[in-house]
Amino acid sequence: MKKLWQRYCERKTSVVGLVLLVLITVIAFIAPWIAPHQPWDIVGTPFLPPFEDSAHLLGTDTLGRDILSGIVHGTRISLTIGLMCMVATVILGLALGAVAGYYGKWIDDVLMRSTEFFQVLPNFVFVVVLVAIFRPSIGSIFLAIVIVSWPPVARLVRSEFLSLRSREFVEAAVAVGHTNRWIIFKEILPNALSPIVAMSSLMVASSILLESAVSFLGLGDPNLMTWGYMIGTGRTVIRGAWWMSVLPGVALVSTILIINVVGEGLGRAWNPRLSNGAAR
Amino acid sequence: MERFEYIAKRCVKAVFLIVLIALLNFLLIRMAPGDPAFVIAGESGSVDPLFMAQLRAEFKLDQPLWVQLWTYLKDVLQFDLGYSYRNKAEVIDLIVARLPATLLLTGTGFLLAIVGGVLLGAVAARTVGRWQDSTIGLICMTIYAMPLYWVGLALVLIFAGWLEWLPAFGIGSVQPLEGWDFVWDRITYLTLPALTLALHYIAVYARLTRSSMLEVQNQDFVKLARAKGLPPLRITTAHVLRNSLLPIVTFAGIQAGNLIGGSILVETVFAWPGIGRLALDSLLVRDYNTLLGVFFLCSVMTIVFNLIADVVYSIIDPRIDIQK
Amino acid sequence: MSQTLIEIKNLSIALPKGLDREFAVRDVSLTVDRNEIVCVVGESGSGKSVTAQMLMGLLPPTLPLVNGTASFKGVNLATLTETERRALRGDRMSLIFQEPLSALNPVMTVGEQIAEVFRYHRDETPDVRKKVVELLAAVRLPNPEAAYDSYPFRMSGGQRQRVVIAIALALQPDLLIADEPTTALDVTTQAQILELIRTLQRERQMGVMFITHDFGVVADIADKVVVMRHGEIVERGAASEVLGNPQHEYTRALIAAVPRRREHSLSEVARGEPPVLRVRGMRKVYRTGGGLFKRATEVVAVNDMDLDLQPGETLGIVGESGSGKSTAGRCIMRLIEPDAGRIEIAGQDTSGLGVHAMKPHRHLVQMVFQDPYASLNPRRQVGEILCSGMINHGMAQADAERRARELLELVGLTTSAFNRYPHEFSGGQRQRIGIARALALKPRLLIADEPVSALDVSIQAQILTLLRELREQFGLSMVFITHDLRVASQICDRIAVMQRGVVVEQGATEDIFDSPQHPYTQTLISAMPGRLSPLAVT
Repeated sequence: MKKLWQRYCERKTSVVGLVLLVLITVIAFIAPWIAPHQPWDIVGTPFLPPFEDSAHLLGTDTLGRDILSGIVHGTRISLTIGLMCMVATVILGLALGAVAGYYGKWIDDVLMRSTEFFQVLPNFVFVVVLVAIFRPSIGSIFLAIVIVSWPPVARLVRSEFLSLRSREFVEAAVAVGHTNRWIIFKEILPNALSPIVAMSSLMVASSILLESAVSFLGLGDPNLMTWGYMIGTGRTVIRGAWWMSVLPGVALVSTILIINVVGEGLGRAWNPRLSNGAAR
Repeated sequence: MERFEYIAKRCVKAVFLIVLIALLNFLLIRMAPGDPAFVIAGESGSVDPLFMAQLRAEFKLDQPLWVQLWTYLKDVLQFDLGYSYRNKAEVIDLIVARLPATLLLTGTGFLLAIVGGVLLGAVAARTVGRWQDSTIGLICMTIYAMPLYWVGLALVLIFAGWLEWLPAFGIGSVQPLEGWDFVWDRITYLTLPALTLALHYIAVYARLTRSSMLEVQNQDFVKLARAKGLPPLRITTAHVLRNSLLPIVTFAGIQAGNLIGGSILVETVFAWPGIGRLALDSLLVRDYNTLLGVFFLCSVMTIVFNLIADVVYSIIDPRIDIQK
Repeated sequence: MSQTLIEIKNLSIALPKGLDREFAVRDVSLTVDRNEIVCVVGESGSGKSVTAQMLMGLLPPTLPLVNGTASFKGVNLATLTETERRALRGDRMSLIFQEPLSALNPVMTVGEQIAEVFRYHRDETPDVRKKVVELLAAVRLPNPEAAYDSYPFRMSGGQRQRVVIAIALALQPDLLIADEPTTALDVTTQAQILELIRTLQRERQMGVMFITHDFGVVADIADKVVVMRHGEIVERGAASEVLGNPQHEYTRALIAAVPRRREHSLSEVARGEPPVLRVRGMRKVYRTGGGLFKRATEVVAVNDMDLDLQPGETLGIVGESGSGKSTAGRCIMRLIEPDAGRIEIAGQDTSGLGVHAMKPHRHLVQMVFQDPYASLNPRRQVGEILCSGMINHGMAQADAERRARELLELVGLTTSAFNRYPHEFSGGQRQRIGIARALALKPRLLIADEPVSALDVSIQAQILTLLRELREQFGLSMVFITHDLRVASQICDRIAVMQRGVVVEQGATEDIFDSPQHPYTQTLISAMPGRLSPLAVT
């Protein structure tokens, strides 16, 4: 654990990214207390540009709602949904991929055919269809995102398990009589995690982006003021009031960037050293 | 013969997938909240019970499920995707009318993305570790973090709003134009939306090309090519690129579906009259028939593109018949 | 015209900072003349490949030349521009290297890859195709016309290496640098390729710099020998001198480490007791491919195999790749499920048992694996790896740990290894850990699957000695799987020769070597490097 931390800290950008990520997470937690207003409350004159009024640092939207508050509260929603979707997707993908990769044969066939089917469906259109059919809510969005996101994770896990299953140290574990369960969890899984860790950060980022795109189209949870929703409502007046769409977008882009930086750093730190003994 | 068998197998699989998607569509329509008759009527406003009864009979909604399924499958495979009561037209006609616009947009975007992405990625791979590589990496990472629709909005703001170089909305000017004026006009309207779509995927393809080329560059046969005393350009094109392109082709096939999905967002931002906007508009008025018709067609298109990618792959890679 | 092709004087090439030594090669001087074969011998890390790559101008900028000169036909290579060096590469000097399976571009035809050399070095070459086909015939590829249009994946390792040689010799270079060209090949193929290189060298009067780690190969083909270690030359001279009368202790150690036929007393074989291993009719078939339009191809990996092993005996299973020897070993271990046959270990029939039923019998037979880098879980400590099996069989944690430390000492490692990770150890040390693990459950039978093939020659000898000692100490019976007859002779009482899944000959080691019956066995024996040389005498 400590070694992982040391390796992670070797790169400055990763550390900066981590600090910023922690900052964003803290903001998300204490959002209700630090945001100057409730995001849905009409608290000021509409169409107020940013940096003009100290009560509304980032301006107001078409109805007079405070943009800064909207962005701060949106942090909470975005991070939550990103994390929840990632966890669900990874667990589902891990479970299915591990079983398929380890046991092979018909189980593997079934899984591969299923992932092929899902991968043929155009992802975003499918999310939109699902959200429309199940009525827009944070729950249906969560479900839709997980449904389209699990196939690549499952395939990755499957190929890792497939290649590790025939490694000699796994054979050695069979030779001393260990059970399949033991081998999957104790021998293979720790070695298969490296690409999964790298993919997890991508999952968080893509989940946040998917949710925001759905909200942008107006299909988001009607009770939640998300970044996507804010960008969407500001769309029609963009030429006159650029800040309504641009500023929440900046928050979104920054968050995604930071998550990607941290994810990349984590993936690099997790990778076991290529231990190939002799120098050439 | 083996390649023929490979393609034949792929075609059979494609047909099978199309049938499965039709099944999924059928289920989705049934799962939509509310009476299927309502759904089909698309809330066109008719609550007349006689009309609804008529609808039910016509769509055999009073029949057992499997009969409905069979009818649906038969219809779909004959390209009858239902009727949009809202728009008072056959769904298939609605789609076909708007399809060229979407194809124009996604096709241009795809071309730009591939060409730009592969070039950038190749440059990054050739200059790995140096400033060109880092810069390209940084730019790609930033673009990749930007949502598609936000990029579109930003481009509208900058190029149509502030600079006023390019038009923002629609596919072309309202007034009739001839010859070169017409073409040029259409190009100006196409620029921003295609660029939006392309930018995101340029980042994706650049990254993929770079990592693919780096991996190939380190392989033994490249070492041998250098030992042969071949000029660097020949090594890059004939040896490195040809082998690097394989994963890119596979990826492009898989991405085809997402490109079409991305068009929903771009068409919304730029008021582009394609099937993406048709899907969204239908959704907002609960015309699920049309929405699912678009969904079905997009899936079919993805399958077709995948097939094309597989064929291209099998042409480039002679080993394809021994790999499954 | 001067006879000297290559003259290297006091060459030093630096390594990047942070590695275990400062120089890749240090103060190295050697010459290669026309019409002679100079063998550069050394183990991994000796700097021999770096020297070869430097001559070809293929070194990365991270390995700079810091001192000395290297000349080709009197011209200092450092004074040439990149374009001039490229003109030499492939034309006047060529390189062939170790991995034939990955040395050719998979998406380009074989003929095109050879033709490239003509097209880019000679502006106008009429009849390129004809010339290429002639080359393919010269390297003895069957059906050269068809070979031109085929792709590398259709060819075996040996065939691909012939193509690589064809590429190297296309323009009749003065110098050929061969960097371990036969190491990755089967013994019989190795012999053929060596013969080919020797013949072509004589025909074209080339100078050849042949890099190898195997003194047996050196004995077969070298005119001059240069011995390298840790980047420095420790000895050089005419082949007969260096082989017959080695001066430096390292040279002597290397020559002594070459596995060769050994007169050794049979291990203590308990007579009259029931066999510890008895295999009857074991069979394993692999089915691949098969689709809508054609039937699956069947490969019979192990075909009706019968084996007997007395307690205390060591049986060698010798064969080349594809012979089924590893599959056989894994079937006995029940790591792979045989399709048919009866396996009795220490009287216990294990052939039909399921996973649960097998567990109490697992301790009877254990395995030592081939690849020291893949046989230990990189994410677990050595101590954990050793204790894992014992704890699984009911031993208490403390007892298991104590025994694990004993085992570590037994195999020649310190107990401090207990808390370290596999990547902290060298290949030879990891193999010792693997042996310790195999002994943890006190097996009656040990199956060693090519346990020394991935190790340097000097380490090989150490591990073989260790195995012999442990065998005596614990009265182990062993099945020793290898592709190298020389290694088998070091440790085996009896040898079974396998070819394509079938045991073609079985007998006492002496009988196999002195009077081989089956033609395949005879081929194997004649293909052993170093057989007909002063090395052969112990």
